Amino acid sequence: MFGKVIGKRLLFSAFILIAVSLLVFGATLLLPGDAARAILGQQATPERIAALNEQLGLDQPAWQRYFTWLGGLFVGDFGTSSATGGSVGALLGDRVGASFILMGLAAIISVPLGIGLGVFQALHRGKRRDQAMTGLSLVLAAMPEFVIGIGLIAIFATSVFQILPAVTLAPPGEPVWNRPEQLILPTLTLILVVTPYIVRMMRATMIEVLDSGFVEMARLKGVPEKRVIMRHAVPHALGPVAQVVAIQLAWLAGGVVVVEFLFRYPGLGQALIDAVTYRDVQVVQAISMLVAAVYVVVNLAADVVGILTNPKLRSAA
Amino acid sequence: MSPKTETVRHDAANEPNEKIVLRVSDLRVLTNADDEILHGVDFALSRGEILGLVGESGSGKTTAGLACMGHFREGLKFGSGSVSIWPRGEATHVEVGDLDEVALRDLRGSRIAYIPQDPALSLNPAMRVGEQIREVLDIHDFGSSERERTDRVAEVLVDVGLPGDKAYQKRWPHQLSGGQQQRIGIAMAFAMYPDVLILDEPTTGLDVSTQSVVLDTIRQMTVANNVAGLYITHDLAVIKDISDRVAVMLRGDLVEEGPVSSVLDDPQHEYTKMLMAAVPDLAGRKTIGDGAAEAKEPSEDDEKTHILVSTGERGGSGDTVGSGSGGDAPDGATASAGERDGGAASANAPLLEVADVALAYGKAQILNGINMVLEPGECTMLLGESGSGKTTLSQCVAGLNDDYSGSVRLRGTELARSTRKRTNEQRVGIQYVFQSPFSSLNPRRSIGQSLSVPLEMSGEGTAASRKAAVEEALDSVRLGRSFYHRRPGDLSGGERQRAAIARALVNAPSVMVCDEITSALDVSVQASIVALLRTLREERQLALLFVTHNIALSRHIADNLAVLNKGKIVDYGPTASVLENPSHEYTRALISDVPKF
Repeated sequence: MFGKVIGKRLLFSAFILIAVSLLVFGATLLLPGDAARAILGQQATPERIAALNEQLGLDQPAWQRYFTWLGGLFVGDFGTSSATGGSVGALLGDRVGASFILMGLAAIISVPLGIGLGVFQALHRGKRRDQAMTGLSLVLAAMPEFVIGIGLIAIFATSVFQILPAVTLAPPGEPVWNRPEQLILPTLTLILVVTPYIVRMMRATMIEVLDSGFVEMARLKGVPEKRVIMRHAVPHALGPVAQVVAIQLAWLAGGVVVVEFLFRYPGLGQALIDAVTYRDVQVVQAISMLVAAVYVVVNLAADVVGILTNPKLRSAA
Repeated sequence: MSPKTETVRHDAANEPNEKIVLRVSDLRVLTNADDEILHGVDFALSRGEILGLVGESGSGKTTAGLACMGHFREGLKFGSGSVSIWPRGEATHVEVGDLDEVALRDLRGSRIAYIPQDPALSLNPAMRVGEQIREVLDIHDFGSSERERTDRVAEVLVDVGLPGDKAYQKRWPHQLSGGQQQRIGIAMAFAMYPDVLILDEPTTGLDVSTQSVVLDTIRQMTVANNVAGLYITHDLAVIKDISDRVAVMLRGDLVEEGPVSSVLDDPQHEYTKMLMAAVPDLAGRKTIGDGAAEAKEPSEDDEKTHILVSTGERGGSGDTVGSGSGGDAPDGATASAGERDGGAASANAPLLEVADVALAYGKAQILNGINMVLEPGECTMLLGESGSGKTTLSQCVAGLNDDYSGSVRLRGTELARSTRKRTNEQRVGIQYVFQSPFSSLNPRRSIGQSLSVPLEMSGEGTAASRKAAVEEALDSVRLGRSFYHRRPGDLSGGERQRAAIARALVNAPSVMVCDEITSALDVSVQASIVALLRTLREERQLALLFVTHNIALSRHIADNLAVLNKGKIVDYGPTASVLENPSHEYTRALISDVPKF
């Protein structure tokens, strides 16, 4: 039963990814400019341009190029970067790793933190600490990520304290985790952006669940308060919150671009900005597909959490 | 309102004796703003006995019950007084108010257990039912081994009449019916062999047949385990059925207490008398609603009993309709209705005729060949349990559900399926009153605004004439013009339902469809609404389609009774003849399941 539901969702996700690939490919076709001319410069002769087009496969009809490209995606071949001439996979490999470290760290810290703080607030609702945290989370939620990033740089790297690096110091080619201190500020920025939403949502659902009949019943059964919260209340609140967490994590995949740029962090965001500047179509396509895949995966994960915490969905589907 | 209300009758069973398990004395409960909710309540529970605690919503009965467990809902706190428990096998008693959190938790679920009102809300939907029972045993360290606990879960499930096997224990709450869910709740309460049981309206949300099964289970489990029970309810019929003694509560005071037979047969306090008068009885010996607190009618009520008498008369003349018709003889019914009307009325066609209405969602047949006739000033009760299709049928009549086949005719003209396609006049002709007055009135609009909407929709009159019509409707439901500017939030449940009825009345309909309009209300309020409907029928020649699951109301309101079971009318005819000679087994079962009163 459960497997069937998940299988259905997986199939659906595959369809979405294929639809996204069509859109991405179509959009890059519409981009103005000519890749061969961009590479060879204004003085190139028509013969040389034709030759390069043939070499890049650009003389083939669009649908054929689409299928070649799509087929390549399935075997992990993202094509050849038209700007550097190297393989897109090799170019992005390190950067994908660096970005995922940043996003992974932010997710691992902010999800439990957000849920924990939300539960804490719900349990102390109406008291001063709840009100203070509500105010703080609203302020943080209202601030764009670059403002938070600049604020953190001002506090920890430049104006107030000089204890953390303001930008990434690692030279190109060195793995970012060799110098953990340079990860702190970008991660902290992402956490501060993502967590408030999770806290607010968790607080709201948790308050609703704490007022429900089965929580009162659990208390009247003599269930210890800790178990009432962990076993009876929190699982019910997780279902709806998982959707918000998914939106937040998916946002990370895109939001990381701004934060990486701010901290000169050698990740996907930097790569995307460079690729757009140099009209490196293959790289733009590859990154777009990656971001789309992250969206699909985290939303799938949220659906799974929803199904796991709600037996009704499990047996009804 | 009144200062301290005196308890008019005390019960000898309250004197200290060795059978007492729980004693509440001079219990006062306050809100956080220090308003007193309970004004010094005293009662005692004895082993093997059930004390019924009766009162209307807001009288504080649940608060008193939960206080016995040392639990106070959000916004309430302990005032003064004492709750003492004498647990089995212990020499001294325990003072609930003096216990700390840990000791209180040990007591809850093991020595004193709670059975809640709505099983659908109080079972954890994400926990298997066996696990939920097991949890109680685990927390309170039942027995000495894993094995013993596992066995106890199976045993207690069998005790409440459910299968105890592993497969059943693995079910989720949503896979059980309401009655089964409530029995899981009962099993959970009895798992630890408690001394005291607090039952908070455990059968209120259930159908009569399910209710009678659950009541049997409770009664039998109480005796078998020698438990002292506190049964909280507003339903006096249930009290008579299940409890040994009864305490009547009014606005936070106990006004009367004693053995069931003496309190109910010979009530001393005014309020108890009023409550007794408000309970509908299947036999229809009395007229409910006359002395009810809410009814602000002039007392021309001495004549009131004639409604019941006239029911009998009409039943006599209409006997040809009922006998042998059994529901599927529309021709006979129409014909005799025509005959009856033939002399007096000009039109030959009946006011409302439902012919061969059927409705199916996929394979599920919701309604199946429904035939019914309604004449001016007549009331037909549509009786059925949840899921019988009664609300669907009334929605088809009103045009709120347009998926049906067959026809609904008003004065001989066939109506379009959907209200949108019906003419203005037809829409006005059939009006609908919804079950819950709490959700059917827009809380942001004043009563006057809400009541003007139907008039605006039918596009009649000027603003002034609409206001006049609304005020008149408010008068006719005995609310009065002063309610024009009030909002639903300021009104009690009964007042809201009156406003909802007034909304149906403003356009002077000829048929009013009442969908369970009294089931969300207390008995005394129900009685006053029933009395109101009776007067409206007389004053306005209004025809009523009264949809309900409460068969006890039938003689008090209906001329004709249609019993709906699984989408089919299984019994149809004059109320008296259906009740006395039910032709279908289902009707017989329904009648026998009604708590005798």
